[in-house]
Amino acid sequence: MILPFLIIIPLLAAFLITLISGEKDNWAIVLSILAAISLLTLSIFSFFTTGNETFIYEMSGWKIPLTICLVQDAFSTFMLVIVNLIALTSLMFSVSYIKHYSGTWKYYALFMLMITGMNGVIATGDIFNLFVFMEIALFAAYALVAFGGKAEEYEAAFKYAIMGSISSTLILMGIGILYATTSTLTMANIAAILPTKDPRIMYWVGAIFLAGFGLKSAVMPFHAWLPDAHSSAPAPISAMLSGVLIKALGIYVIIRFFFNVLGAPQIFLTLFMILGSISIIIASYLALGQWDLKRLLAYSSISQIGFILLGLGIGTKLAILGAVFHIFNHAIFKSLLFYNSGAVEMALGTRDLRKMGNLKDAMPVTSTTSMIASLSVAGLPPFNGFFSKLIIIIAAVQASHVGYAIIAVIGSLLTLAYFMKVQRYGFRGNDKIEKPEVKISNGMKSAMIILAVLCIVSSALIIPGIREVTLDPVVSVIMNKTGYIYEVLGR
Amino acid sequence: MIVYILCFALFLVGIYGALTKRDLIKIILSIGIMGYAANLMFILFAYKTGASFAILTEEGINTNMVDPLPQALILTSIVIELGITALLVTLAIRLFEKYKTFDITKIRRLSG
Repeated sequence: MILPFLIIIPLLAAFLITLISGEKDNWAIVLSILAAISLLTLSIFSFFTTGNETFIYEMSGWKIPLTICLVQDAFSTFMLVIVNLIALTSLMFSVSYIKHYSGTWKYYALFMLMITGMNGVIATGDIFNLFVFMEIALFAAYALVAFGGKAEEYEAAFKYAIMGSISSTLILMGIGILYATTSTLTMANIAAILPTKDPRIMYWVGAIFLAGFGLKSAVMPFHAWLPDAHSSAPAPISAMLSGVLIKALGIYVIIRFFFNVLGAPQIFLTLFMILGSISIIIASYLALGQWDLKRLLAYSSISQIGFILLGLGIGTKLAILGAVFHIFNHAIFKSLLFYNSGAVEMALGTRDLRKMGNLKDAMPVTSTTSMIASLSVAGLPPFNGFFSKLIIIIAAVQASHVGYAIIAVIGSLLTLAYFMKVQRYGFRGNDKIEKPEVKISNGMKSAMIILAVLCIVSSALIIPGIREVTLDPVVSVIMNKTGYIYEVLGR
Repeated sequence: MIVYILCFALFLVGIYGALTKRDLIKIILSIGIMGYAANLMFILFAYKTGASFAILTEEGINTNMVDPLPQALILTSIVIELGITALLVTLAIRLFEKYKTFDITKIRRLSG
């Protein structure tokens, strides 16, 4: 069994880092990079060995209603690959980016704790265990947002922590109601028992969880913390938060709970579509007005989450394929854009688009990769963002939701508009920028290049032969509630 | 029934405080009250009048017992809340060092 190691390795790494590293040595870097490489290898291996099957790990030898179980199926391993891929590139980027902060070993220890939390949330099949891992990840995230030690960072972290605590309390109440109704905490058991109870309880719990996990994933009415937290954090942490944290704690749990446990009731699908389209349009307009590069990217994250939620809400097989593919794509190009913003901030000391200029000669790697990422997020072929958005739009038309399809098209055009603004002012402006004194290190460059290559290569996931072994098993896990119950409980 | 309503009222007190108060410390206290309400709700769900603890005694298993699982869960949740509260208080102290005030209307360098 692989899944326990995906939780044990980062937890052990965090523990060892606090134990053995001091101010001057590089043990923290070595340990965390080693841990991240082994995590990525393990998660890719588990993804390709899982296929259409489901494996269950029951902790400490007890059987299912009495124990905490870990569920390894196509969907959880797919999310694990995304988390650990972005974590590795983020660590590569961090090494020289956070060198000038003091006490960097704390950064690496917190980073490993955050990965522990996210891997745990994805792997677990027990709803209270999910809550505990979620709190571990959030706790590390609050501390990492405040890591820089500037006034704005404390302010953003405080705001994030308050919003996070409110949503966690809501989620805890939802878990309490679920336990009181079904007398079990295993998600598959809840899925089996809940339909036999009063349907009003399902709506109550669904509403509470939609508010709770909607706050975590920053869907539009619950988004207020995201632009502050994501733009104040150090760039590699912004990439982790925007790229994977809001998906692992928000979107992943929403999919797991509403599709596998509740069986996708129509009222919530309609709500997903409405919230998704609100997020797409309003967040795009807000992004259009920003001059701070990282704030613009943060608002762009909200609108891309809207695309994912819209795809989920349509609820057909094709739409969910688009949503799952967009989760992967968004993790890659949004992390890349945050690395670009970090590199620019490090070299020029500003995030204001008006103070940037033509970076083509001064920072060739950064400007080229930012171009690729911008085209990808704006949805131009042959980059990966084009295909996922196209699938969502086609699925909306096929399911005769033409209005939502038009909203998605307008959203894509607005995305194109504000990324044209980024390129026009930020990376290909009129003022020629001299070669900056701060060198962008090779680790940062390679992190950007890896993700830029993935932006193009991952378009291949949509080719039928490759899709059948990568995305299709994930979609079939999401669509199949009875299959989930059967595979986990074995009856 | 009345205890559930009171428990929900406690939750509303907490959420009212978190949303309307201007003082950082009062916001942290309100978050704490919300957490207590959630914990109390768990315990109330598990409570049975006249039941006793779930421990194996010399006479065998006590059949009329309170569900022990929510109590274990609440212990975990209390520890998490302790950590979050400590972090929030630390952040409040740092914010006070930077801005010389606990008033959130004056702590506004980031535009919403």
